[in-house]
Amino acid sequence: MIKLVDVHKTFGQQQVLKGVNLEIEDGKTTVIIGKSGGGKSVLLKHIIGLVKPDRGQVIVDGVDITTLNDHRLNDVRKKFGMLFQDAALFDSMTVGENVAFPLREHTRLSEDEIKKIVADRLGAVGLKGIENKLPSQLSGGMRKRVGLARAIALQPEIVLFDEPTTGLDPVLTEAINQLILDTQRNFHLTCIVISHDLGSIFKMGHKVAMLYEGEIIEHGTPEEIKSSVNPVTVQFLSGSLEGPMNIM
Amino acid sequence: MKLIITLLDHLGKRILSSVEELGKIITLFFSVLLWMFRPPLKAKNIFKQMEFVGVRSIVVVVLTGCFTGMVMTLQSYHGFRLFGAESMVSSAVALGMTRELGPVLTALMVTARAGSAMAAEIGTMKVTEQIDALYVMAANPVKHLIVPRVIAGVSMVPLLTVISDFVGIIGGYFVGVILLDINSGIFIKNMTDHVQESDIFNGLIKAACFGLILTLVGCYKGFNTRGGAEGVGRATTEAVVLASISILVSDYFLTAIML
Repeated sequence: MIKLVDVHKTFGQQQVLKGVNLEIEDGKTTVIIGKSGGGKSVLLKHIIGLVKPDRGQVIVDGVDITTLNDHRLNDVRKKFGMLFQDAALFDSMTVGENVAFPLREHTRLSEDEIKKIVADRLGAVGLKGIENKLPSQLSGGMRKRVGLARAIALQPEIVLFDEPTTGLDPVLTEAINQLILDTQRNFHLTCIVISHDLGSIFKMGHKVAMLYEGEIIEHGTPEEIKSSVNPVTVQFLSGSLEGPMNIM
Repeated sequence: MKLIITLLDHLGKRILSSVEELGKIITLFFSVLLWMFRPPLKAKNIFKQMEFVGVRSIVVVVLTGCFTGMVMTLQSYHGFRLFGAESMVSSAVALGMTRELGPVLTALMVTARAGSAMAAEIGTMKVTEQIDALYVMAANPVKHLIVPRVIAGVSMVPLLTVISDFVGIIGGYFVGVILLDINSGIFIKNMTDHVQESDIFNGLIKAACFGLILTLVGCYKGFNTRGGAEGVGRATTEAVVLASISILVSDYFLTAIML
């Protein structure tokens, strides 16, 4: 289980997180929503230890990862996969080498076994046979799918998604949403998704958390969030300019 | 008075940030040493970097070395002729190439070519979250990105210097003997009489140090890139400038130690 306890983070003069408290349920998809620049990606990076909080705890399976050294933190990270906003594929490697990277890094599998797993993961994301292509030869949607294949290469327990459908057309958005749903179901994953897309949020989220002014102000099922009377949540979901959320 | 204080304030801040940066580069060096001796080492990555730093720099190094040798011979000849010492031209050219110009100019050319590319490539990886992806996959970026490049720099720059020295002397021979009519036997004899193994060896030690500097600085600047495409451009420029200055400054201190 993942738990954030009173997490604070400041960059320079800007306090981004002001006491975040959040529990992520195992085996479910939690979607984190909030206004742009509100600290959602920073929150996600805390969960995987890319950023350390100024104060507070980040607990993963009972262990506070903020107290771990690099070696032990790497052991925790092996439980995770992450799909970055622009996929973050390694430009100098082919698609096959990208997906194989965590396998070569952390397992002693033979090249044949690695090839089979790579083909399987690419098949799971609907991209069979493109092992020899370079990331620069792929469309945005294909890059995200390869990024997802890489994220699940080691069959992690937890997968983080940083705005997986941002910048994609509606058809591709729906395809990625379905892919995340299927992957979560088939691999029994705990998923944490950052998204602005309301359709995606309510389609794939078992739980939704609203981040506003550095705190989680609401956390519940999609139905509970939809029927919320919190003026911030209401303004966000309606997309209205009127309300407490200052867009400037 | 206010102006002087402001100037001193700016100067002080620049000095402090430069010292801080030097400290970070030295810390990176120790991190590289640590990861260099932790197996497994990815031989494929190392050879790939050696090919990039070494093999692909051969043409530019040959051109630089050759024309440097040629112009040195031309300038030395006209200078030495004033004292009737034309026969010493070959010694001057060979000593100049092996002790100084070979290692320094080779390192500067490799900095411009490979050092800048390292900063640009790693900087681009930084701004596109590829470095974060390495961390997320429990892979250390120093081991994967920087160690192969440093090994390539330290091993390839001395080899390129050998090529530079050789073609520089060949170029000098062409100008001296063919164009300026110096006796070929005297040219070769004076060169072999006055150039010691230590001159060549010290030049290669310098070259290895310069290879370390240019790769560390290039990788450091790439690793600390911020701000998108503009940041990558800035990091690349800063890498070349800082590495070049560092090579020239360290050249003085290395020479002082060796002489």
